[in-house]
Amino acid sequence: MLERVQSERTISDRAMIEIRDVTRSYGAFKALDNASLVIREGEFFSLLGPSGCGKTTLLRMIAGFDTPTSGSIAVDGQPMDGIPANRRPTNMVFQSYAIFPHLNVEQNVAYGLKRLKLQSGEEKRRVEEALAQVSLTGLGKRRATELSGGQRQRVALARALVMRPKVLLLDEPLSALDKKLREQMQVELRRLQQAVGITFVLVTHDQYEALAMSDRIAVMFGGRIAQVASPKEIYQRPVNRQVADFLGGMNFVKAEIVEENGASLVVDTLGFGRVRTDKPKTFVRHGGAATLGIRPERLRVLWDNATAKFEVAGKVVERHYFGEITHLIVEIPGLEKPLSVTETNDFGADDIPVGAPIRLAYDPEALVAMAD
Amino acid sequence: MTAIRRYLPSWLSSYAALYILFLYLPVIFLPIFSINTAATPKFPLSGVTLHWYQELPRTPALIDATWNSLVVGASAAILSTVFGILAARSITRYRYPGRRTVNGLIMAPLVLPEVIVAISMLLVMLQLGLSLSLFTVVLGHVLVCIPYSMTVLTSGFEGFDRSLEEASADLGESAFGTFRRVTLPMVAPAIVSSLLVCFTISLDEFIIAFFLTGTEATLPIYIWGQLRFAAKLPGVLALGTLLLAASFVLMTVAEILRRRAARRTQNEGGLYA
Repeated sequence: MLERVQSERTISDRAMIEIRDVTRSYGAFKALDNASLVIREGEFFSLLGPSGCGKTTLLRMIAGFDTPTSGSIAVDGQPMDGIPANRRPTNMVFQSYAIFPHLNVEQNVAYGLKRLKLQSGEEKRRVEEALAQVSLTGLGKRRATELSGGQRQRVALARALVMRPKVLLLDEPLSALDKKLREQMQVELRRLQQAVGITFVLVTHDQYEALAMSDRIAVMFGGRIAQVASPKEIYQRPVNRQVADFLGGMNFVKAEIVEENGASLVVDTLGFGRVRTDKPKTFVRHGGAATLGIRPERLRVLWDNATAKFEVAGKVVERHYFGEITHLIVEIPGLEKPLSVTETNDFGADDIPVGAPIRLAYDPEALVAMAD
Repeated sequence: MTAIRRYLPSWLSSYAALYILFLYLPVIFLPIFSINTAATPKFPLSGVTLHWYQELPRTPALIDATWNSLVVGASAAILSTVFGILAARSITRYRYPGRRTVNGLIMAPLVLPEVIVAISMLLVMLQLGLSLSLFTVVLGHVLVCIPYSMTVLTSGFEGFDRSLEEASADLGESAFGTFRRVTLPMVAPAIVSSLLVCFTISLDEFIIAFFLTGTEATLPIYIWGQLRFAAKLPGVLALGTLLLAASFVLMTVAEILRRRAARRTQNEGGLYA
């Protein structure tokens, strides 16, 4: 669909959106609580969090549909205070797509161009170009009511892109699609963003969607931004248990801090023994206790007589089959909660009997210290 | 059992046929006798003529009554549609305590006995010191038209996705431009439909007009007055036929428009969504 796909594209250091100390209150309730954030030019940025975390409120304030109670938002260096939605350099893809039902596909895409008073040839050319970008060439005359969910989503995209905005805002654009189409659209959206180079801001509650598409992610809870980092960093080095939990399975292990210096921590744990780990930049010590986390897929089953430098031994108490992987629940002496382990099925993890003794290898690098 | 089952459908369909006949026979008599040469409505017809229709435009009192009816109908239609738009918008867009009660109260005139409504209206008008005129008839008609207007408009407004207006603003359109290019085209069929329905109801309404009018007669009142003279009956039948045809056409157009409006807003999900 896209003629040119750049695999890796550099993102400039220039700020495209600056959010400073933005709070949005509804009476005593704070939908957004003193949020600050810088989104860079050309970045695919995701606001990730459960419903009610303030991510949609923030997006709507960037678009101009909502006003901060305090704080300021700037787009491309221009403060947005008092500027209504129709005069902002942003365009939005709505969750419901908001396709105008009384217009056909072409008219929907050309809707915003009409006000620009382009020459008719130029308008037609831009509409065609936008339809081509979203693989809808030839469907221009279709009525809005004759489109499938996926096609409607593409029309919404084309209608926004044709305006050549500085920022494209996407409000849960894939949530109405079925799983297969959603995964396909994730890839396409990412490709499209790389091709047009526009700053994309995506709101989603789906952690896989955010991980798969974004350059950076802001994880939000209860109106606050908990962590802003690359998908890999967010997944591997979550700042707290809440972020870790939201981004997928994580085993938590209680730890006692033995030694702390600038870059590393030495902790004692039951089960994993004494471990030296990197100290996260955001780590704040509360007394002598800390929590270590390890993702289920970072624990590997040790077969037969294989050994590893770092291993723990225990007993399989549950086994769940998921096709390509098997999910094992392993009791480790000393740990108050059994460990979750996911293992690919190529070596027969799906045949490990419940009750069997088992040894697990791990990399101390995968044990991440975090605040509770 | 099988015998009954086989027998039942034919019995049911003849019942249905009789039922329809009973409903529409009087209506069919109207045009039939309106082209009869004799003044008395009796079979067999003595001959076919359009004489009674040709006489209609030559009756000044009828012309006046028609004009009165058109004025009252248009005024009542516009007023009740304006009020209906406001009420329907509030009912469909906002959530507030008492929303259902308000809706119920607005719809109530539908089931109140019209003669009681008319007498109450008369009392109110007299208390307010209003002299009876076409204006008071308009007020009365607005009261009975609003429930119909509400019904038509609510079905047109329901499911109007607010993000459509936001999308328009997002694409650079001003508030007025959004109203003109999105809101109005979406709800226009419902509004026109409401106007037609209200106009038709006002045109045919007798009881309230009878109580609330002064010296000026609307068409139904004129017809009622003519019935005292046997010789005028064919003219009344001819007029009645025209009114019937007009009502039928107006209501059909209104219903087509209402459905189009409802489809636009409600079937927003498309065929596969």
